[in-house]
Amino acid sequence: MSVDAPTRPPLTADRPERGEAHGRRWRGPGWGFLAKLALMALVNAFGVMAIISAFRAESWIVFSAALVLLVLADIVYFTKRALPLKYLFPGLVFLLVFQVFIFGYTAYIAFTNYGTGHAGSQEQAVEAALIQGERRVEGSPTYPLSVVERIGVLGFAIVDEDGTVLVGTAEEPLSEAGGAEVGDRGAPSEVPGWNVLPRASLISDQELQDAVVSLRVPVSDDPNDGSIRTRDGSSGAVYESTLVWDAEAETITDTATGTVYSADAASGRFVADSGATLPAGWYVNVGFDNFVRLFTDPALAQTLLMVTVWTFVFAILSVVLPFALGLLLALIYNDARLKGRRFLRTLYILPYAFPAFMSALLFRGMFNAEFGVINDLFFFGADINWLGDPWLARGAVIWVNLWLTYPYYFLVCTGALQALPADTLEAASIDGAGRTRQLSAIILPLVLVATAPLLISSFAFSFNNFTVIYMFNNGGPAFPGAPYALGATDILISAIYDISGVSGGAADYGLASALSIIVFAVVGLISALAFRQTRKLEEFM
Amino acid sequence: MSAPIAIETATTARAAEPTLPSRAAGRRRRWALEVGWKYLLAIVVIFYAVFPLVYVLSASLNPRGTLAASNALFSVIDFSNFAALASTSYWTWAANTLIIGGSAAIGAVLMGAAAAYAFSRFRFSGRRASLTGLLIIQMFPQALAFVAIFLMLLTLGEVVPALGLNSKIALICVYLGGALGVNTFLMYGFFNTVPIEIDESAKIDGATHAQIFWRLIMPLVTPILAVVGLLAFLAAFGDYIIAKIVLVSEDNWTLAVGMYQWVSNQLASNWGLFAAGAVVAAIPVLVLFLSLQRYIVGGLTAGSVKG
Repeated sequence: MSVDAPTRPPLTADRPERGEAHGRRWRGPGWGFLAKLALMALVNAFGVMAIISAFRAESWIVFSAALVLLVLADIVYFTKRALPLKYLFPGLVFLLVFQVFIFGYTAYIAFTNYGTGHAGSQEQAVEAALIQGERRVEGSPTYPLSVVERIGVLGFAIVDEDGTVLVGTAEEPLSEAGGAEVGDRGAPSEVPGWNVLPRASLISDQELQDAVVSLRVPVSDDPNDGSIRTRDGSSGAVYESTLVWDAEAETITDTATGTVYSADAASGRFVADSGATLPAGWYVNVGFDNFVRLFTDPALAQTLLMVTVWTFVFAILSVVLPFALGLLLALIYNDARLKGRRFLRTLYILPYAFPAFMSALLFRGMFNAEFGVINDLFFFGADINWLGDPWLARGAVIWVNLWLTYPYYFLVCTGALQALPADTLEAASIDGAGRTRQLSAIILPLVLVATAPLLISSFAFSFNNFTVIYMFNNGGPAFPGAPYALGATDILISAIYDISGVSGGAADYGLASALSIIVFAVVGLISALAFRQTRKLEEFM
Repeated sequence: MSAPIAIETATTARAAEPTLPSRAAGRRRRWALEVGWKYLLAIVVIFYAVFPLVYVLSASLNPRGTLAASNALFSVIDFSNFAALASTSYWTWAANTLIIGGSAAIGAVLMGAAAAYAFSRFRFSGRRASLTGLLIIQMFPQALAFVAIFLMLLTLGEVVPALGLNSKIALICVYLGGALGVNTFLMYGFFNTVPIEIDESAKIDGATHAQIFWRLIMPLVTPILAVVGLLAFLAAFGDYIIAKIVLVSEDNWTLAVGMYQWVSNQLASNWGLFAAGAVVAAIPVLVLFLSLQRYIVGGLTAGSVKG
């Protein structure tokens, strides 16, 4: 499928344009051109492949995005017009897809109830509901069955009443397997194109056993026909759903009880008249519900308020304290009379060069109440519960972050001090300014102006410093009774992580995205204000 | 580096305190007051800075592998923890980290440099708007949108499995998505310091824009390329949240995801293994960082002040 695509465009591209000086026309296709051709061939091959599989999967957004991007890529690289775009295009594509689109998508999810129980389209919800409602059909025959495997995909092969061997997987419904052989116990022993797994491997491998028990092979394309399942890996039976889907009326009827569940487009669930619902639902637009919940759900709103306050405190202290320490050390050790300054400086910045996530994990162990080195060595074996007490944990994580980041400010401030204009300082001292006067009137303001933008970006970084918070104490200790097990050192981003449920547990992507949007707004507002302020500061100086 | 301007210039200028009995004793006292105490303070600071690192080194050499046993520093010296790393997935994770971080770094350098070249050398409509747009976009951290990243990869994976969940390529692509916003300004400032006359003379000699970019500009901006590459590598190396949600199976994990798993579970945690792994992984980073230290700080200050 990908062979014919890349050969077409170069024919037009390497023909020299009319009106060019003939001296410049004299060149064959150089190495650069060949490299470009090879790269574009790859890009086209991959693009065409993606377009075709998106078409097959009926994933229209991916299909159109891939198509547009591929056509644009060919236009940009095979015409001479958009010269700057030739350099910007790759970066822009990644930026658009993996950042701008992601932001937009976050905003979209924030207005839906996407999450556990609302994880896909209505069609997927129907399928899931029918599977959940499957029971073994009473009095239905059992078929001799073998578990088969092909490139990592498990399937079942059965022998039906007529002695024909049928084979299928979770994705492909049963179909006749030509040339199959039936073994002594009546089950298929050889199926062309498939590996028949021996019974012994099924018994010894617990993981495989679980996969086989949960595997269901549809009997036909119609979900109402049911599927083949097995309990023991050697015989299978037809399981049919007691639920029946009526696509026109948009209802699911439980044939066992007679209850009719109708699709409710507002909540994305199947609801019966009695108010009972099926566990499987689909996601729908819920308007501002998620945002309203963030502010009005009493337990959630109160916890989130505490988390927000702590986020600001953490971010501010994570900038102010390390900056103060770094600046102080830079002022003290930027002294020409000291010997071995390079050596000292190298030792001072070691914490910054040590990977941050490892430091946080390291401190997690060091602060351990029972066995940690900090209690053992510096507090004479006292049993101080650093990670279990809310205030101690907060103090500890600030301490860890101070250790992690002061070297950065030390480096930056040292650089700023060394770049101070010598003549200004000299003029000040001639005018009789003392050491403190010089420090407060010249050195500190100049250093501040030079470092202010860094302080702002550090603030924004600390505001979302998931790694340190999560690695150090998982945001704990948890507030008693708080929803989603939010804890005393949780900052907003780790709260979002807990709420979203991407790490397991019940997922609420909609609520998590709504909180993300709010944090986005806060971060953007702070950065905008701060940058305006620094510009004023610079003009003022 | 320019000659350091000591703050103390002022003091030396107005020195000469007259009433000291002997000049030598006075000088010694003044040295202790003004310089000597800094050495004493340095001991405290060094202890603060280095103690955790010494501790992790000592723990890595302790074969008992528990927190409690590691508290007696350097009581045992034994390399069995390092040998035991081979029987875990550690080296797989290390290789994954290298692959992911390395690709992200190379991609970030190439895309950032190309974009910076375009912004610095070409004048086109929408140039200012794009620069402002980048400035705004880079204020918003990608990690905050991890839910959308997760769901998007879930959808994308059904079409192109290589770009779905549990794929290293997908993770690299996500990292590259953040590359342009973060690095372009850093590089743009640096590219502007390369005189445009170089380009013009090359153009007169018949060089194409691609030749100017690859043969002239790129060699001249190598320091900033190294900085951006290193920063991108370190960012990928230290990222937990996105790596954790994208990489599902254990043999695809990076060091951050894997080593968190070693320590997070208090009952099963293996402190000795973690310490050994941390030492092994930190040494190359430390060496790289310390050797490129001057460029990194220079690059950081330059980029953000000009941005």
